[in-house]
Amino acid sequence: MTSSQTIDFSSKETEVSGKDKPATSSVPLWQQEGAEPFLRIENITKKFGDFTAVDNISLNIYKNELFCLLGGSGSGKSTLLRMLAGFETPTSGRILIDGVDMAGVQPWDRPVNMMFQSYALFPHLTVADNIAFGLKREGVAKAEIKRRVQEMLDLVQLGHLGKRKPHQLSGGQRQRVALARSLIKRPKLLLLDEPLGALDKKLREETQFELINIQDELGVTFVVVTHDQEEAMTLASRIGVMNHGVIVQTDEPHDVYEYPNSRFVAEFIGSVNLFEGVVIEDEPDTVRIQSEEAGGVLYINHGISCAPHQVVHVAVRPEKIRLGHEQPEQKENCLHGRIMDFAYMGSLTVFKVRLDSGKEVRVTQPNFNREVGERFTWDDQVYLSWTEDSSVVLTS
Amino acid sequence: MSTTSRLPWIEESSSLMTKYNFIRRINWGRLSVVAVPMLWLGIFFFIPFLVVFKISLSETAIAVPPYTSLLEWDLEEAYINLKLNLGNYLYLFEDAFYLDAYLSSIKIAAVSTFFTLLVAFPIAYLIARTESSKRGVLLALVILPFWTSFLLRVYAWMGFLKKNGIVNEFLLGIGIIDQPLTLLQTDFAVYIGIVYTYLPFMVLPLYSALEKLDITLLEAAEDLGCRPAQSFFLITLPLALPGIVAGCLLVFIPAVGEFVIPALLGGSDTLMIGRVLWDEFFLNRDWPMASAVAIVMLIVLVLPIMLIRNGQGKEESI
Amino acid sequence: MKRRSLFLNTTAGLGFLFLYAPIIALIIYSFNKSKLVTVWGGWSLKWYVELFNNDQIIDAALLSVKIAFISATLAVVLGTMAGFVLSRFGPFRGKMVLSGWITAPLVMPEVITGLSLLLLFVALEGMFGWPAGRGTGTIIIAHTTFCMAYVAVIVQARLSSMDETLEEAAMDLGAKPSSLFFLVTLPLIAPAIISGWLLSFTLSLDDLVIASFVSGPGNSTLPMVIFSKVRLGVTPEVNALATLMIAIVAIGVIAAMYQMRRQNRMMSS
Repeated sequence: MTSSQTIDFSSKETEVSGKDKPATSSVPLWQQEGAEPFLRIENITKKFGDFTAVDNISLNIYKNELFCLLGGSGSGKSTLLRMLAGFETPTSGRILIDGVDMAGVQPWDRPVNMMFQSYALFPHLTVADNIAFGLKREGVAKAEIKRRVQEMLDLVQLGHLGKRKPHQLSGGQRQRVALARSLIKRPKLLLLDEPLGALDKKLREETQFELINIQDELGVTFVVVTHDQEEAMTLASRIGVMNHGVIVQTDEPHDVYEYPNSRFVAEFIGSVNLFEGVVIEDEPDTVRIQSEEAGGVLYINHGISCAPHQVVHVAVRPEKIRLGHEQPEQKENCLHGRIMDFAYMGSLTVFKVRLDSGKEVRVTQPNFNREVGERFTWDDQVYLSWTEDSSVVLTS
Repeated sequence: MSTTSRLPWIEESSSLMTKYNFIRRINWGRLSVVAVPMLWLGIFFFIPFLVVFKISLSETAIAVPPYTSLLEWDLEEAYINLKLNLGNYLYLFEDAFYLDAYLSSIKIAAVSTFFTLLVAFPIAYLIARTESSKRGVLLALVILPFWTSFLLRVYAWMGFLKKNGIVNEFLLGIGIIDQPLTLLQTDFAVYIGIVYTYLPFMVLPLYSALEKLDITLLEAAEDLGCRPAQSFFLITLPLALPGIVAGCLLVFIPAVGEFVIPALLGGSDTLMIGRVLWDEFFLNRDWPMASAVAIVMLIVLVLPIMLIRNGQGKEESI
Repeated sequence: MKRRSLFLNTTAGLGFLFLYAPIIALIIYSFNKSKLVTVWGGWSLKWYVELFNNDQIIDAALLSVKIAFISATLAVVLGTMAGFVLSRFGPFRGKMVLSGWITAPLVMPEVITGLSLLLLFVALEGMFGWPAGRGTGTIIIAHTTFCMAYVAVIVQARLSSMDETLEEAAMDLGAKPSSLFFLVTLPLIAPAIISGWLLSFTLSLDDLVIASFVSGPGNSTLPMVIFSKVRLGVTPEVNALATLMIAIVAIGVIAAMYQMRRQNRMMSS
């Protein structure tokens, strides 16, 4: 799947990085030609009996990255993470960390630490002893351990709680102890399994940024596993979307959202409207697609590689669609329908529009002003339109 | 664990098992950890049954030990004589006494298990419906007798049930009876003894089943028109069934082979197979016969129970 | 919480009465002055005095405690190994056999266990000259064998309910399997091991049937002495002994429950 990269990004990418990145940051490592990856995953496969949990994955992760493996349950993301930690042995393939092959290296000997989803704090040890556990195994001098534990406690803002037992802490505090414990050995690579999964929504948002700050400060490479797309979007420098043991797409959060390479990714991340259609005109830079479902011709300003008259899908995000009572001037990317239902959500309103073709389309409109602006209600006849650079053609 | 995963084998194989496989490298360590308990149980648990089986095929003899050996050989005459005596088994089936003893054991165990359930259910239900802060105390009250001597608890009933014992004195005192009843050394006393000593084994599984019962289920049933008695039979009882089955097995199994209770509380006509085996061994000194009784008991009583238990264990794990 | 009808309260109350009436009666009568066990003759401690002057009972009690202590300790070591192997070693050849051997003693009637072990000891003595005669040693072996099954089951249950990621976390932080067991696994299953030891101790102290089979002359354990006494009827000395044992156990259980509650509070959260 990954090999058949069908969308031509070359023109987009420069534009994107120019808009999104702060001016100070240089070009990221993964965009540099010939940069040496820090973690190399080469053709890794893991089978449990007849079941293939991870299917021939290859992936490069660079120093100081915060890489998110995003996928549903059973997508193989946790198995991949556990192979990095050494808890599972790959059926085939190689893992190299900083150039060293990890085959046969036991979990306790790997330069990798893991933050567990359940935190896995030892209930019989104090917070300080939990954090010190890894250093004690290395035989670090007592005074040194004490100093570094205090340093970690301060870093995660728990300086005063070292003598407590894990059960005396709140969920957020436990999460930070787990983080401190996994960082104290200064691992080259930190693996985080659903690091924010057990926290409530508000705490999760705060902690997300804290996690990024800590990663920035320590310069550790993070690999995060999560099923929460929002978490992946905020945290990650790059996201690897996984499905059925395969990485379907690897890109920066912005690109994964705006330029999904398959229907799966488009639907998995955010919500999307898909229109089935046939390619009627295939120019190097533009495509025209005749879609029965949409009830018109769709025009997209990027080229695709496909056979003539191939059946494809056009993906349009709900917020990219403009809603209006008046027919807009543009002929293409303009559909007509009736409002079936809507939900006012405060910052935006979600509309369900039934097209003349019978297909239902989801449209969101930001509520710019409190009272002014066009009002829509049930059974309104409306026009849906979007610009030619707002949609993506998907061939898989 | 496996309940949360749609693909249970993933959970299973990704468990620690694979990691302890590393111990395979230190083969000796791993091997000895497996071998020590296995050897112990093999020598002191498994082989003994083979010995019992062997002796059950021999004959009694006035000797030390008091049985004949199966093999006789004389190398000069060049003969080996294997003598298998099935007489003990034949005798077991010929003499109705043994069959009666087996059946009577099962009957006594089954009846007492039923009464244990009757006594235990209200206790378990009450504890499950008590506010959780006080549950610990009530549970402790149920478990406490279990930690005291079994023998002495049976003994306590001797003082309670005998002719001039407390029960008779009490009944005479309030005038229900005018002659003391013969309570001790009856089947009735054996029932009481079994119910009494095995009560905690029934209460605990019942409690853990009833504790999980969501009270809103009963409220929903009543909301839908059930009377309390109906909701008990339609909701509570079916949901408590796993606990009931587990508790009944825990009581029935040891009760079948019970020796102490019939010996102390039962009469001379209270037939139980454990007691028969004991007498065969200690009074008649007929080791081969005792062995034959044990082997039949093993096949007729213990094997089915183990199979049931195994089936149960599998069901629970699913 | 209003689901406690009068009917329920009454039947459950009768249940508790059933559970405790004989014990309470026994305790009260242990202080009875009269030699006739059921005739109340006023309060007295004379049966306690007689009890402590009865060398046979005291010796048997000491022997039983010694046997129980050694058996429980051996059973804990062997049973923990077996429980650990069964829940953490993954599939290996002989696993089915081991788990069968572990559960079988739990359902085995005591008379069969006792008889089979005795016959084994006799056969071993005939073949190898060991064990020479029967006594404390053979009782300890017998008790260890059936107690280790209980310990294994308790330890196995505790291990399978334990969060395996704790052990993974320890490995991830650099603990090798050998130190991992002592640093993390053992402290976490300690409550199970303690209750396994206490259960084994109690079972051993309590066992009459198996000990009767495998003990030799002059090696009477406390239950054997009690049994031979009470077979002939109720004796006030045994009442006194029972009261003492119940008192010790009650104190022990209350202390253990208190301790366990603290432990549980620590583990559960």
